[in-house]
Amino acid sequence: MAVVPNRFLREGRELPSELEEQRLRIEDIARNKYGLDFFETIFEMCTYEEINMIASYGGFPTRYPHWRFGMEYLQMQTSYEYGLSKIYEMVINTNPSYAYLMDCNLMVDQKLVMGHVFAHVDFFKNNLWFRHTNRRMLDQMANHATVVRTHMDKEGVGRVEQFIDLVLSIDNLIDPHLPHIRRGEAATEASVAAAEAETHSHRMPAKDYMDKHINPPEYLKEQERKRVEELERMRSFPDEPVRDVLGFLLKHAPLARWQRDIVTILRDEAYYFAPQGQTKIMNEGWATYWHTTMMTSDILTDAEVVDYADHHSGTVAMRPGQLNPYKMGVELYRHIEERWNKGRFGKDWAECTDPREQAAWDTGAGLGRQKIFEVRHTHNDVTFLDTFLTADFCREQGFFTTTYDKRAKQWVIDSREFEQVKEQLLNMLALRNTPVVYIVDANAFNRGELRLAHQYEGLDVQLDWASVTLGNLAAIWGRPVHLDTFLEGKPIRLSHDGTEIKREEVKSGTHGMST
Amino acid sequence: MLKIDRDLGRFRDIVKGKVRRELRRYMSSGELVGKKGKDLVTIPLPQIGIPRLRFGKNQQQGVGQGEGDQGQAQPGQGHEAGEGEGQHELDVDITIDELAEILGEELELPRIEPRGSSDTSTQRTRYKGIAMNGPESLRHFKRTYRQALKRTIASGTFNPARPYIVPIKEDKRYRTFVVEKEPRSAAVLIYMMDVSGSMGKEQKEIVRSQAFWIDAWLKHNYDDVETRFIIHDATAREVDRDTFFHTRESGGTLISSAYKLCMEIIRKDYDPANWNIYPFHFSDGDNWSQSDTRLCVQMLRDDLIPVSNQFSYAQVDSQYGSGQFIKDLTAAFSGEEAVTLSRVPNRDAIMDSIRELLGKGR
Repeated sequence: MAVVPNRFLREGRELPSELEEQRLRIEDIARNKYGLDFFETIFEMCTYEEINMIASYGGFPTRYPHWRFGMEYLQMQTSYEYGLSKIYEMVINTNPSYAYLMDCNLMVDQKLVMGHVFAHVDFFKNNLWFRHTNRRMLDQMANHATVVRTHMDKEGVGRVEQFIDLVLSIDNLIDPHLPHIRRGEAATEASVAAAEAETHSHRMPAKDYMDKHINPPEYLKEQERKRVEELERMRSFPDEPVRDVLGFLLKHAPLARWQRDIVTILRDEAYYFAPQGQTKIMNEGWATYWHTTMMTSDILTDAEVVDYADHHSGTVAMRPGQLNPYKMGVELYRHIEERWNKGRFGKDWAECTDPREQAAWDTGAGLGRQKIFEVRHTHNDVTFLDTFLTADFCREQGFFTTTYDKRAKQWVIDSREFEQVKEQLLNMLALRNTPVVYIVDANAFNRGELRLAHQYEGLDVQLDWASVTLGNLAAIWGRPVHLDTFLEGKPIRLSHDGTEIKREEVKSGTHGMST
Repeated sequence: MLKIDRDLGRFRDIVKGKVRRELRRYMSSGELVGKKGKDLVTIPLPQIGIPRLRFGKNQQQGVGQGEGDQGQAQPGQGHEAGEGEGQHELDVDITIDELAEILGEELELPRIEPRGSSDTSTQRTRYKGIAMNGPESLRHFKRTYRQALKRTIASGTFNPARPYIVPIKEDKRYRTFVVEKEPRSAAVLIYMMDVSGSMGKEQKEIVRSQAFWIDAWLKHNYDDVETRFIIHDATAREVDRDTFFHTRESGGTLISSAYKLCMEIIRKDYDPANWNIYPFHFSDGDNWSQSDTRLCVQMLRDDLIPVSNQFSYAQVDSQYGSGQFIKDLTAAFSGEEAVTLSRVPNRDAIMDSIRELLGKGR
């Protein structure tokens, strides 16, 4: 593909000629030697202030006005100025893709970053979970900014900002799978009307004097109650639990037009960023795999080796108690590559139980490269680990599960068993510190109140934050909201009526996911 | 100017709003006092963030990587053990001036009108002059060129076809500074404190908090503020700020000794015509004798009050002090504009006391 260097580039951001030379070279290696397939990628030079600004805007040069961007910027500035952290690389998922280079980095860093970035863009372009993201998000974000500013001019900065705060507080309550699924239509009004019209009576034909024995009034009353209840159930909506809380509010909450715009904007952005959360390990691992491959076999000069090794080891360093997605990802890709190169897959391999035979197993299949390209196409973090995490890998990497010792007030190592490590890892990745919450009833108690249920997996929600969040939700919904969850195994309901939070224990029958 | 500055400004406004709402707590706890840099106050803000549904602290199990045996503590738990993510405490710096502004708005303090002291001036040097001599680093290129051009033309050697100008030493011109006088308003704060045995640690902490806020407010109102410190028991001496807040003596109390020293300092260093003078006296209200109190009242009336913008006395209650002094002062000076008296029974009263002390706008 012909390179069109400056069409999208903002003025004054051109790369200096020696970097431009490297860019062309690395791009050529990535594309033609290794077969990475990426959007056109535009690199811009930034000062550290600019790069911190862009980073606090989530990678975009323009976002809607909001104080939290300022707060994040302040944090990053402070941290950079004290020498605690530094952003090497930033790239956004758009077409063409934009990446930022910090002007004070060493040449070897810039080369590393370029290799890393091309791999990220390849991932954005080819990974299925990014398929439905908006590749013109740069424009979209700028449009969002304009819309929000317009509303701020009309409604007042404080008012709009407050509403944004409310919505941000629930912007993790979306359904990350939604863009990939088409759902059936909900029960129609007609079907409810039909059920309503049905005046089936439970009264049996009987003579007057027998009537109260054949049709006992209590029984009739009971039947009538059941019918009304059934009707209620049908009238209550949604008929299936809804995970996309923001989407639901957009359809059904009493919002002013400007509020609707805000919810739409924040929901769009939340869905845009969601796949990046779902593929953190894969994406960083992929980029790390390729920058190491390209740097060590093609790009490094002798003089740069030490600096490269130093900076690369910083990237994949394991901090105790934290999982490093770069490290984990790159190691797993290499593990897969080795297995498929040596033919360690399929029926024969699975049936082999002799450790000696296993250790020496090499069919010379040579399918490693091909396999990892395939993996980067179809998987997300959860399926990536579910499919490819092996006991051997787990042992080599020294993974363990940890648990919090309440008495000693510290985290202790719990187990090194493969099964437990894997389960724990998958759990963490699937939840990502966000409880899975569904709207189960939007006409709760027939009072138009909103009831949500937490799909409980043994972890309690943090009560103080949950209270505030529910309050925010109540402010948007305009009526009281309830959250059914569990506290130390006991079913409880948190209710917020817009002014105060209430917590009550409930019987399990009226609790949870049942509508 | 970066785009982010607008968001940063909004965030700073929010921080200031938070300080404003919690001003009473900050004033009572004395939390900001210890965090004073040169002219910044660092305000720790826990949990300023967007609350979201998430799992509780220590609820989650985790996965780690590295060495260690089962049951062994996980390495590297440097920070508070088990601290969840997103719980960072953020330190935000605000300037003393911003803080004083918040204080002024919140306590509805009137702006101080400096007394006629416009002849107090400071000298400032500004580079706006031109000289024949100077260091090369300050050479004024244009002036030098013009000078050289003039000389070349006058000497008839200028050739328009080859307009080369070569400056010689006499052509060179240099930037130089001129001294400017600027009128400034200046104030001196003279803190006096009773350090006799009855003033305990708690009382001194209260004084320290009060002095912090008084400093902030007066610095906000005057261009130059000097502070002097006097401690006294039965005798008075001048000390530095640190000693002032950390000295404890065991002697008796003669308040007049402090007022006498205060007067001496004023006579020596601060001409009332040029300086706005603010004596602040803190004690627990004990004095040696009624006769000394009478002497104090007389000294105040004859000497100290006439030269001061305002004389302030704050009585910090202690369990030993009789608390008599403020009653005597009230009896003597009630209704006098230039005297403010305030009682501080405990930390929670700091804010109200500051309002009383600074509320007259003098």
